[in-house]
Amino acid sequence: MTMGQTITVTVNGTVHTAEVEHRTLLVHFLREQLNMTGTHIGCDTSTCGCCTVHLDGDAVLSCSTLAVQCDGREVRTVEGLQAADGSLHPIQQAFHENHGLQCGFCTPGMMMAALGIIEQQPNATDDEIRAALEGNLCRCTGYQNIVASIRAAADQMARS
Amino acid sequence: MIPSTLAYTKASSIDEAVAAVAAGAVPLSGGQSLMPMMRLRLAAPEAIVDLGGIPELVGICEDENEIAVGAMTIHREVAASELIRAHAGLVADAAAGIGSPQVRNRGTIGGSLGHADPHSDMPATLIAAGASVLVRGPNGERRILVEDLITTYLTTTLEPGEIITQVRIPKGDDHSAYAKFHRRAIDWTIVGVAICIGDDGVRAAATGVADRPVRLSAFEEVLNGGGSLDDAIARIAEGVEPHAGLDGSVEYKKHLLGVLARQAHAEASSR
Repeated sequence: MTMGQTITVTVNGTVHTAEVEHRTLLVHFLREQLNMTGTHIGCDTSTCGCCTVHLDGDAVLSCSTLAVQCDGREVRTVEGLQAADGSLHPIQQAFHENHGLQCGFCTPGMMMAALGIIEQQPNATDDEIRAALEGNLCRCTGYQNIVASIRAAADQMARS
Repeated sequence: MIPSTLAYTKASSIDEAVAAVAAGAVPLSGGQSLMPMMRLRLAAPEAIVDLGGIPELVGICEDENEIAVGAMTIHREVAASELIRAHAGLVADAAAGIGSPQVRNRGTIGGSLGHADPHSDMPATLIAAGASVLVRGPNGERRILVEDLITTYLTTTLEPGEIITQVRIPKGDDHSAYAKFHRRAIDWTIVGVAICIGDDGVRAAATGVADRPVRLSAFEEVLNGGGSLDDAIARIAEGVEPHAGLDGSVEYKKHLLGVLARQAHAEASSR
């Protein structure tokens, strides 16, 4: 019985065709086969949210999804936030301006979770943002500025 | 960690999925329980069959008496369903409180039932709602009350080759609520109490107080016999055998049952 297969996944708009083992997790595919190390691995228990990416537009944990499950689908990672000309996405700009990171380890997951929050609840209150961040841990406990960053990004994205 | 070597197939029909499961494959629904267990090597299936390519397993519709929820419907959709909220608000509430947004975007109602974790929110609320599941196997389709589905830790009455295809929730006026206690946002529920007040009386179930979700029979008996809520709560832990663990002692969990039953009953009554 075969233990691997060829998959075609669109990552940040670029089509990638690659051979993967069936057991390969999406996060390992991104980091080790595509060398896109922006998506982080923080835990082994689906607790930390550092590996959050978007699969067909939904925020998901790339540590709890197999690469083969993404065959024929679209993945967006933190590397896909900035525009083609290199300018920062409003979420990145807001994290920069509001000091939304300290050590930066949780930041890729925070920003991809933020994208999901803003898309799902564009007018989320601070309390709703906090509640929606329940799956993302910041070990520096820098939540105040993360919430402020998401608030600012949501306002900016609503204006543009 | 990396899951151990496995063979993956994606079923495109229920029949294909049943054939694969009958041949020994483990069904993969949303993967929000199975995948972490595989990463930790607590589970090491040699073969898995992905149910994510079967359109008829997804979606929420209704007939005259019941709401039909496809087994692969994600928690986010269950939480957002006006139909479920109108007839069984506690099920929508429980779905909205499972894990995190990321987990609710992948985890499914059928997966939650089939996994049968004794601290899971969904089974207890569906028991209180009087729900059933439709399952398909090599010998065709049958219906099982959710109450009769889970026997002990991670164990169901599904026969080899059977998969859950649909959850059927009875329709009716909604006077229901689910109250749970957990330490931090995405922690597992320590104890949860689900209550439905229907035309045929009160039905209550709990999670976290046994090796499976349980009906709170003594509590129901007092209320359905015209007794007071205080008297019902005094007897709520009868027949329930919580396990002491890092999440609390037996006494603590029995205490939580009473506290949460009072909360859930007040909320259900006010709906």
